[in-house]
Amino acid sequence: MSWNVVFPDIVAGLFLGAFLALIAVGYSMVYGILRLINFAHGDFYMAAAFVSYAVLGAVTVGTKVNWGNVIWVGLVTMIAGGVLAVCVERLVYRPMSRAAILSLMIAALGVSQILENGVLNIPSWGSNYLPYPVTPPSNGFSVASVHYTWTQLGIVVIAVVLIVAVYWIVNHTMLGTAMRAVAQDRAATTLMGINTDRIISLVFFIGGALAGAAAVMASLYYGQINYLMGFSIGLQAFTAAVLGGIGSVAGAAIGGLMLGILESVGTGLFGAQWALMFAFGALVLTLWVRPTGLLGERVGQRV
Amino acid sequence: MANGSSSPPGTSDIGSDVSARGIRAAAEPSRPAARRAGASGGPRPDSRLATMARNRSALIVLAALAAAAILPETGQGNYVMSIAVQIEILMCLVLGLNFVVGYAGMLDLGFAAFFAIGAYMTGLLSVDLHWPILATIPPAIGAALLGAVFVGLPTLRLRSDYLAVVTLGFGEIIQEVVTNLNQTGGPEGISGIPPLRIGGLVVTTNDGYYNVFLVLVLVFVAVSFRVRHSRLGRAWLAIREDEDTAQAMGIKVRRFKLYAYMAGSVFGSITGSLYGSAFIAIAPPSFGFNESLLVVMAVSIGGIGSIWGGLLGAGIVVAFPEVFRQFAQARLLVFGVVLVLIMVLRPQGVWPESGLGLDRAARFVARFPGRRGEAIAARRRAAGVERTP
Repeated sequence: MSWNVVFPDIVAGLFLGAFLALIAVGYSMVYGILRLINFAHGDFYMAAAFVSYAVLGAVTVGTKVNWGNVIWVGLVTMIAGGVLAVCVERLVYRPMSRAAILSLMIAALGVSQILENGVLNIPSWGSNYLPYPVTPPSNGFSVASVHYTWTQLGIVVIAVVLIVAVYWIVNHTMLGTAMRAVAQDRAATTLMGINTDRIISLVFFIGGALAGAAAVMASLYYGQINYLMGFSIGLQAFTAAVLGGIGSVAGAAIGGLMLGILESVGTGLFGAQWALMFAFGALVLTLWVRPTGLLGERVGQRV
Repeated sequence: MANGSSSPPGTSDIGSDVSARGIRAAAEPSRPAARRAGASGGPRPDSRLATMARNRSALIVLAALAAAAILPETGQGNYVMSIAVQIEILMCLVLGLNFVVGYAGMLDLGFAAFFAIGAYMTGLLSVDLHWPILATIPPAIGAALLGAVFVGLPTLRLRSDYLAVVTLGFGEIIQEVVTNLNQTGGPEGISGIPPLRIGGLVVTTNDGYYNVFLVLVLVFVAVSFRVRHSRLGRAWLAIREDEDTAQAMGIKVRRFKLYAYMAGSVFGSITGSLYGSAFIAIAPPSFGFNESLLVVMAVSIGGIGSIWGGLLGAGIVVAFPEVFRQFAQARLLVFGVVLVLIMVLRPQGVWPESGLGLDRAARFVARFPGRRGEAIAARRRAAGVERTP
């Protein structure tokens, strides 16, 4: 096992980790504010990927990349992901605000079923792997005799920028303060004159938009989309959020990167069939040492 | 509703204050509760309706049981019977998960792991070592208990939300292990598991396994009810309602949580053992995350912590996609919509622990004009439950 063997795995893990981190941040924020494991979150990502597929397919001629198009389609997809998340919150989660959390989670599973099977039942989409309408150019640079494209570099940079932006919003703006206040004590926040419903919607919007961004980037990176692409990456993102310390943006980002790298390196060392075991083993060990995740604070049980 | 808060504590679960139930259950001495209350309640006017509702629930249960018992005699085809067996298997798993999710209030997303352990232990011992099926059940239970302790010990320190991930991981790991090991047959699994022998009786048909699982469901239901009203069960409910208060009451929270896991694992593994025998072959895809989700879904659709509700939920979860088979690909879409609707409209489940809410339904009907409504209203006035309008 030499460095040259492991290095490409680490870099490949970095890409997976970037997508995971974007999704995990949304997961983590929603969890922080509602204590809800939003199983539908991975499917926001999937649905957003299909939206971008449809829009990009309509405006693209051939498979040559027109970066202007890709960027505005990316923005449209982010908005679509956010709007979808807000709609789900309004239609499903908000009417259930007084129900037990487990009921909300089951409803989330139902939403996930609806989204997956909704896409499956759209005739031109169906259950096949669909090739993404554009293929990014392959020119780029080499590190340790492995070739990387500029597009891949761009993906990582954009992911980092987005996560830093959300981190800044949550920790350094009035809106972010309001979000953290809602997470801490919703009733008291309402008494302070903050419209908590709107803050919750906003959190869902940000989460959905990040999932939308991840969808466009992952579709460009992997080159194909499928109606089941959201489920397993959603689970992994959830794991990543817990690994990093759920409820914290930085934790989710670090957890996502770590899990992505662990899975990729685990695949390289032990073969793809043991990748999940490697990832979950790391999770259990981490939680054993730090029961609240890497960056998680000690959260008192709500009384 | 007047009967809730005014009825003496512990005599009836119907309509009792949910937030107070746990503490009350933990604090009071052992007492076989609900059943006796109906008989000895006497002329307490405000408990009449509760008794009526309970009797009606009991009637529904009896009718369902009778229907279940004669189902094989009605000459249903193999298709219906195999669906029925699937429902029963899910019912068994639901009753196992009910200890963890329903009683102790911990979310377990990897329950299929115990199901897998039971099925694979039985498969390995009966095919490779030619053990009879019944003899493989104790070692399977032992293995499942080991697994439960293995998951339980490290996770007990965690907040309940983190538990979901760890159990999920455990489920995935078990599935990955049986998929990748040659000893467990890899992705193809194990086939040629011999039929179940009880004394001189060899169970080979669908109808036979239907009856076997029916008995298993009944045994599990009986055990669940006994445990529910035991010291153990009351401790679990107290933990579910409020962990800190339970601890303050002297309940060893971590230990009882571990017990819940272990109880669930025993039910899961017994079900798995018989599943292997009933279906002759087992393969890893039957024990994945989807199976775990199915069990969780059944528990919460029916009503978390409710035994009858869980059974009903199992029926809904298995039968629904089958009934709507004509919609082919769209049936899971419909299922998703129904799932969301049930949860939004009835978040505590179809048949919650506090009863079906038949009296509430009756009051609802009574609001409307018409013969049925007037009849109910008149009966209620006669019972002195509601003042004359």
